[in-house]
Amino acid sequence: MSGAVRDLLAGHGFLAGFPAEAVDLLAERGEIYTFRPGTLLFREGGKADYVYLITKGHVAIEVHAPALGPIVVETIDAGHVVGLSWAAPPFRYQFDARAMDDVEAVGLDSEGLRASLAQYPVFGFLFLDRLAAVTLERLQATRVRLLDLYGKSDAR
Amino acid sequence: MGAARDRVIDRDGFDRLIALLGELGYRTIGPVVRDGSIMHGEVSGTEDLPAGWHDIQAPGRYRLVHEGDGELFGWAVGPASWKSEFFKPTETLWRASLRDGAVAIDVPPREERPVAIVGARPCELTALDILDRVLAGGAVPDDRYAARRAGALIIAVECGRPAATCFCTSMGTGPGAEDGFDLALTELVGVDHRFYVRVGSTAGGELLERVDSRAAIEADWESRRTVVEGARARMGRTMETDGLAALLARNLEHPRWDDVAERCLSCGNCTLVCPTCFCADVKDVSEVDGTLERTRTWASCFDVDHSYLHGGPVRPTIATRYRQWLTHKLSTWWDQFDTSGCVGCGRCIAWCPVGIDITEEAAAIRGTDGAAAEVEPR
Amino acid sequence: MLADATVHDGDAGQFVPRPYVVVGRREEAADVVTLALEPTEGAMPPFRHGQFNMVTSFGRGEIAVSMSNAPGAPGPMEHSIRRVGAVSEALCAAPVGSLVGIRGPFGTSWGIDDVEDGADVVVLAGGIGLAPLRGAIRDLVARQEEGRGRVFVLAGARSPDQILFHDDLRAWQRHGVHVGISVDVAAPGWKGVVGVVTALLPRAPFEVTRSMALLCGPEIMMRFGGRALVDRGVDPWRIRVSLERNMQCGIGLCGHCQLGPLLVCRDGPIVRYGGLADVLFMERNR
Repeated sequence: MSGAVRDLLAGHGFLAGFPAEAVDLLAERGEIYTFRPGTLLFREGGKADYVYLITKGHVAIEVHAPALGPIVVETIDAGHVVGLSWAAPPFRYQFDARAMDDVEAVGLDSEGLRASLAQYPVFGFLFLDRLAAVTLERLQATRVRLLDLYGKSDAR
Repeated sequence: MGAARDRVIDRDGFDRLIALLGELGYRTIGPVVRDGSIMHGEVSGTEDLPAGWHDIQAPGRYRLVHEGDGELFGWAVGPASWKSEFFKPTETLWRASLRDGAVAIDVPPREERPVAIVGARPCELTALDILDRVLAGGAVPDDRYAARRAGALIIAVECGRPAATCFCTSMGTGPGAEDGFDLALTELVGVDHRFYVRVGSTAGGELLERVDSRAAIEADWESRRTVVEGARARMGRTMETDGLAALLARNLEHPRWDDVAERCLSCGNCTLVCPTCFCADVKDVSEVDGTLERTRTWASCFDVDHSYLHGGPVRPTIATRYRQWLTHKLSTWWDQFDTSGCVGCGRCIAWCPVGIDITEEAAAIRGTDGAAAEVEPR
Repeated sequence: MLADATVHDGDAGQFVPRPYVVVGRREEAADVVTLALEPTEGAMPPFRHGQFNMVTSFGRGEIAVSMSNAPGAPGPMEHSIRRVGAVSEALCAAPVGSLVGIRGPFGTSWGIDDVEDGADVVVLAGGIGLAPLRGAIRDLVARQEEGRGRVFVLAGARSPDQILFHDDLRAWQRHGVHVGISVDVAAPGWKGVVGVVTALLPRAPFEVTRSMALLCGPEIMMRFGGRALVDRGVDPWRIRVSLERNMQCGIGLCGHCQLGPLLVCRDGPIVRYGGLADVLFMERNR
């Protein structure tokens, strides 16, 4: 565990208000990753073995289709989390995540994270509580976007 | 030792052979010098052939130099390939007229004269064999292509001077001619100027009988062997083909594709000069007076619209289009047609304006098999 | 006013379309028109479920369109065409009595003739994808009525006004077939499922160990649908999808429809998912 990882996590929006011991525990599972603009953090269909807490830059969640893709379905800023598919079966990424600019993130390995959450249920509850809040917010936002409130779109 | 019916002819005999083809009604096409290159044109005798010309080829480079010798085939290949005789660059498939809600469709008659080729290289024989599989070997064959091929007479000429861009030995397509010819000549220059002749078909044998020739002897066979083995030893390049198809199939995300894309202009020259590329556009054109024409015209996978699907091209970048060309030629051609698409003629190397070398690209990927560009932990 | 067509042809004109006359037309939902066609001369060639013709609009061009009627069923051949470009627009505007050109049938089939008795067949269709499946569904419904195995029809559309073949869907339902319809976005009055088409899967009680699945629709839909079926326990090698690429000759000669190792007109468009399409779907820009 490096101090750098711990510091990044301590200041990260997703973990705001987390007790210090919980942050330490997460830091043990974490590694700092950097992504050059345009590179993929992960691909649709890949094993969801990391969840990323973005500390710098912006990430685009994309779907690829022949002759159309990639289509950006959402953008995630620093201070937020990407790679939620780690949390539930089939434990595979359902979308691509691409660095829109220079991205820095703390990646937490899924298996280790899951083990820690199981080992320390109170901390586990805290973490999954945060995760549920993020997931709910995105779901609700997606439903509102489906309403196509602004009328006919010319984007395919 | 060669076959019992191998013969030897001199230059006069060769002249007579070519003249005979004309008398028999063939449109006789052979190598000629035009626009500073070895191109294809109608020939009526050996005086039309590129006597004394030699080619110097390198990535993105092609030069002809003339030396005083009378060697007719002292060069490797020019930009033109024989596929254009059988698979026309542009062809009208049918014409139709629309009048009062009625349509009358007319198919243009086939050309009358069969073609005779003088000077097909061994690599080109394999290329034609590959095209036979592609265009005439499927469930719905191209009848016109098949008819032209069936009516053609081919006089192959083996290679003595490979270019620096040649790699037929790697692809198993030369420098000796194995089959696919009616007659195969090997030019022997030395004390005298003669041609070793091997018969590849009944038609070839019958043609040969009508010119003066003598039986080939051991010394002739040795001379021929020296030419062919000499060419093999001086081959300009190699392509490692072991497991190549699978190698490329598992390296679709290799960073080399982006690397070559920075050099590639997507001009499609390689596809134009390649003797096996077969992509074509099938288009309907209509005139104001209601006449319609469906044509088939050579196309290139480097054209951005080649893969167009509603929305846009499936391969919108040079990297993805170059990857398509290379992986098709060396890998998926096997899946589609059970053969490699490359014969090692090296034309794509010489005629690429920026000198991209297919053998170098394949080797680069082999050298870093499995490389990926994406995730980088700090 | 039947149109007149003559073909002067000495060659086996594999590029020459055969004239068919439009004997009927029907405006469907979602910018789709179904043309009923009969040859001006001779009999219709037999075809298999899921195959396609190259359909010529004389003066405009030629596009690949799957047959949407069942092979062997009496009546004209049917093509349901969506207006997406110049040729399809012209075909969709073709009046009864006009001529179109037909070359075919080409391509691989859904292979439902090989399904063993007792096996369930799940059909997952998105948007216009229902059209190439329609003939197969009709025969699968007949198979269910003969007691040889069930069919489950799951269709997704953008919105209720975009649901295709409404009459067929209702008729199949009346015949006791499990029909699920979902829309991405509802309209007032819609009482049905609102959600992605894969959400219809948990509600469909098919027997996974003996199931076969047929998927047709936008590639993203087939990708997610294929995975959902595999997650549910269906054998990936018993899942078939319909691929799409630029098609110009339809007979494996022009090279446009290549998708990696396949020539889609010849080796597809219908291919198995497991060990083939699942890999191809993941290869970007191929």
